Amino acid sequence: MPPYAPLWGFDDTGFFTNFTLDNYQLLATYWQDYIGPAGNSIKLAFFSTLVCLIFAYPMAWWIARSNAAWRAVLLVLVMLPFWTSSLLRIYALIGLLNPNGFINAMLIWLGIIDTPMRMMQTDFSIYMGMVLTYLPLMILPLYAVMVRLDDDVIEAATDLGASSVGVWWTVILPLTLPGVIAGSLLVFIPAVGEFVIPALLGGPDQLMMGKVLWTEFFRNRDWPVAAAIAMLLLAILTVPIIYARYQDGRDDRDADTPTGAS
Amino acid sequence: MTGRVSLPVICLGILGFGILYVPMTVMILFSFNAGKLVSVWSGFSTKWYASLLTNEQVLNAFGLSLFIAFWAATIATFFGMMIAIAFVRFGNFRGRLALSSLSSAPLVMPEVVTGLSLLLLFIGMESVLGWPAGRGVDTIIIAHATFGMCFAAVVIQARLRDFDRDIEDAAFDLGGRQPFVFFSVTLPVILPAVIAAWLLAFTLSFDDLVIASFVSGPGSSTLPVVVFSKVRLGVTPEINALASIMVGIVAASVIGGAFMMRRRLLKSDHD
Repeated sequence: MPPYAPLWGFDDTGFFTNFTLDNYQLLATYWQDYIGPAGNSIKLAFFSTLVCLIFAYPMAWWIARSNAAWRAVLLVLVMLPFWTSSLLRIYALIGLLNPNGFINAMLIWLGIIDTPMRMMQTDFSIYMGMVLTYLPLMILPLYAVMVRLDDDVIEAATDLGASSVGVWWTVILPLTLPGVIAGSLLVFIPAVGEFVIPALLGGPDQLMMGKVLWTEFFRNRDWPVAAAIAMLLLAILTVPIIYARYQDGRDDRDADTPTGAS
Repeated sequence: MTGRVSLPVICLGILGFGILYVPMTVMILFSFNAGKLVSVWSGFSTKWYASLLTNEQVLNAFGLSLFIAFWAATIATFFGMMIAIAFVRFGNFRGRLALSSLSSAPLVMPEVVTGLSLLLLFIGMESVLGWPAGRGVDTIIIAHATFGMCFAAVVIQARLRDFDRDIEDAAFDLGGRQPFVFFSVTLPVILPAVIAAWLLAFTLSFDDLVIASFVSGPGSSTLPVVVFSKVRLGVTPEINALASIMVGIVAASVIGGAFMMRRRLLKSDHD
């Protein structure tokens, strides 16, 4: 029998309710077990988004500036991981980062280190997993914006004497900002609630909300507390989700205008 | 726009592609390792592929995942197409905002939240309606179809927006009626998007671990659930072999799809 009771209903004594705020109180009482991972999730997701952006921006730029043949090849190289199970990609990463994994074996064989480095169950392994999982999601919206960028605007700025950094800061960055925002939301929102990455790559110091919810649900079988954690997770994500919806809605209206006018 | 790309950009780009591809490459390499270790090379062998083909648990889970993904994708594409048509064709109908919020919520919802809430819904439905009785293959299909539908709607919607409505009007002027016009004019034009939506929904279902874990019952372990329980015990060449096969299938489909699209483009250029 699942640990589940109806919230209200009728029995021999008449109408009854099971309404309680105890589960939220539990989250507050044991805040270091629940609110701590929440803060940790936000921190890890934020820096993961940043790292993804650092790699994705030049990658998308490279793809957008390539000629048709190269562009097709590079886009296939981005789409391939996108269509491959993230569980299997995380699994492949474990084989690389394990104490007896490929990287340590290579470094010891080359004589660079004597004892295996600890890479698993650290923030580093979490970030690697996040980049591996979410990089394509960051590249695609950036590419979509960059490929529509007008060459003449860049040329004009260069002709008027702007340095390459100046052109990027005053012209390219503002024009690609919608892609940066879209990609960051696509990475940040699922990263906060991520389960597989902290479960397989993280240790006790890399607790994230998705994993805490999972443990509460499957190991402790405390469904009400798991549901309270889900609500906390949603509360954290409310602002970015509504913002993403707003952005989406704006695109929606922009796209509708030409068809509506004709 | 094409043009020169500076060296630092290419370096960072290569590093980025390296992060995406080095783990998979090493994994595929060591799936052919004769030894049991996944970091020490001890000769070429395909024995892990052979042992995989006799692993009944993995084969059953693989079949189950294919079955679930097929039906989930089919249901998801059907409903996703209806949502897309409603959005693009029916203008500002009553409840548009509600439908668009409902159909985009699963796109941004964390998987653990979707999984838990669907499970609670299924149990609530069971106690009130008596259906779905227990949890198993059918609840996984419903869950996967639910979020796959939202992705399918997005994909089909994009294509439907570019659709030239004049050819539909021409069909009507020539005396065509719905649903004949839909099946003979509209559907063939949006078919590539419908296929893409089906493939996306199929992949999402086939790869899903979290939601399936919540809504599955005993005896309905999908492939990701089996793989996850094995991975927790450690890295083995057998899973390397399994993962390599899956990567191979995806690679073949993506590259094949890209070639087909290219040929289509070249053909339409010649016309």
